[in-house]
Amino acid sequence: MAMETVRVGRVWKFGDHISTDFMMPGHRVLANPDLSVEDAAKFCMEANRPGWAESEVQPGDILVAGINFGCGSSRNASQSLKALNIAVVLAESVSRIHLRNAVNSGLPTLVAPGISGFVEEGQSLEVDIVTGTVKNLDTDATLQAEAWEEGTPPYEILMAGGLEPFMKAKLKERGLISG
Amino acid sequence: MGQTIAEKILAAHAGIDTAKPGQYLWCKVDATSGHRLADLEALGVDRVWDPEKVFQVDDHQAPPPTIVAANKVKDLRRLIKKYEIKNYFEYGRGGILHQVFAENGMYAPGELVAQCDSHSTAGGVFNACVTNANLDAVHVLAFGELWFRVPESVRVVLNGTLPTWCVGKDVILKVASELGTDYGLYKSVEYVGPVASQMTMAQRWTICNMGVEVGAKFALFEGDEKTDAFLKGRVNRPYEHVTADADAVYETEYEFDLSDLTPMVARPGDPGNGVPVESVRPERVKVDQAFLGSCTNARLEDLEVAARILDGKKVHPDVRMLVSPSSQEVFGEALRAGYLETLVDAGALVEHSTCGPCYGGHLGVLGDGETCISSSNRNFRGRMGSPLADVWLASPATVAASAIAGEIVDPREYL
Repeated sequence: MAMETVRVGRVWKFGDHISTDFMMPGHRVLANPDLSVEDAAKFCMEANRPGWAESEVQPGDILVAGINFGCGSSRNASQSLKALNIAVVLAESVSRIHLRNAVNSGLPTLVAPGISGFVEEGQSLEVDIVTGTVKNLDTDATLQAEAWEEGTPPYEILMAGGLEPFMKAKLKERGLISG
Repeated sequence: MGQTIAEKILAAHAGIDTAKPGQYLWCKVDATSGHRLADLEALGVDRVWDPEKVFQVDDHQAPPPTIVAANKVKDLRRLIKKYEIKNYFEYGRGGILHQVFAENGMYAPGELVAQCDSHSTAGGVFNACVTNANLDAVHVLAFGELWFRVPESVRVVLNGTLPTWCVGKDVILKVASELGTDYGLYKSVEYVGPVASQMTMAQRWTICNMGVEVGAKFALFEGDEKTDAFLKGRVNRPYEHVTADADAVYETEYEFDLSDLTPMVARPGDPGNGVPVESVRPERVKVDQAFLGSCTNARLEDLEVAARILDGKKVHPDVRMLVSPSSQEVFGEALRAGYLETLVDAGALVEHSTCGPCYGGHLGVLGDGETCISSSNRNFRGRMGSPLADVWLASPATVAASAIAGEIVDPREYL
């Protein structure tokens, strides 16, 4: 439970249907499998917001998006968002595949109906990733996001810090690896 | 209370009688892909839960265009041997995974499969719950199980009679244009009705394949004699068709009358941007590349209709037409049937079976300002290469007709 559960950051806003092709362009990343995670992240949103990944986004910032965030390919775009040190992702809705990738990558990504109208770009949010409470520090308004219910597999995986630590513990428990 | 197809299949794999939407279950999984074998090795695990149930083929950078890619697939072959994976398909015996795995008996009605690649929803055409597992496919490799949230089910009733020259692609572009590309988000989508029965397996397959384009966890058809005919000789284990109970609960039910459907195209940007081709015709959209390929629409009957349209004709001088059959098996059938000869005579470039152009990887990446009409599944900006290129999605017939015309045209003008 070493995960920081309350996170504060400045908001970047994106629209509806932000695909994983936007976050991790195939011709840049999939076609170049030796690209480091950090270098791949420089191409994040290249087609829809050139320059954002390279010079605008700062560590600890929060990404807010509209409906169907992370639609499309199953490539793990959360990896690029993590490499950019995005603290939390909040979206009106998130694609199933992307949501699982986010949980498995240990990047808090919450479905937050109403978030688009709740915050403007550049404002600051305080997000409790366990309770799902979102506070706009500029307006003092609060919004309830959908948090993972305690005890559910995605909650356990996220709180373990992602799939790898979760699996290591389970493999040891079942005697499939030693140590 | 009755259950939907997905509820029945998930309950059976969790060892319980009934499953309810919103419930979290750990389920036994019947098969997975081998994409995450390196992750399994990194975790220090020295065996997979069942080597017979792991399928793998290299299809995205295949064969390797770079030394880095070559070393990656070389390491994959080492892992295939180490973990004694039986169902591995080398270049020349493979193709695009969704087609190749099906041809080799990975999916049967009632089964639950979680494998890599987003278009895994394609497997729902076999009346099976098939969906994507990405990072957590390694969990399946290790334990043969995975967690699922039981999805709400929605039902799409396809009424009427599909007009000649309209196929599954036109149906899904029509449905997505009306319902949006998130009507299936987190959901199990069941396609039923007269048109579902009338369609060939290949047409249904396109609709399931694009299940992920509407957000779905599962995209399902019921099983029938067409399902069994495809599976005969490929699946030797026993299976039973799974149908929804008469009193199954659906979150939403949508009905479409498709008797007046006309060929569709999706404008660049989103698969939900579908409009009738005839409405685009006056714009005279010039085409640089016509792509007939991908896991969505490159099956035998897709190649057959393209060959019929291009027979005795030529691809427009300003257009390059790329054709990539969905698997080596399909390639061989199309070769023997003469379809590839017809396409080659018309001036099309016939490639091997590959994912390359569809994801902007290689073998047909688009340059700045170019326009492609494609039988594939995604037209997001930058999907097939340059962010300054335009991708229009259409059926194989529309792609073939547009290749001749040099601009986007209604295939009915060429038939």
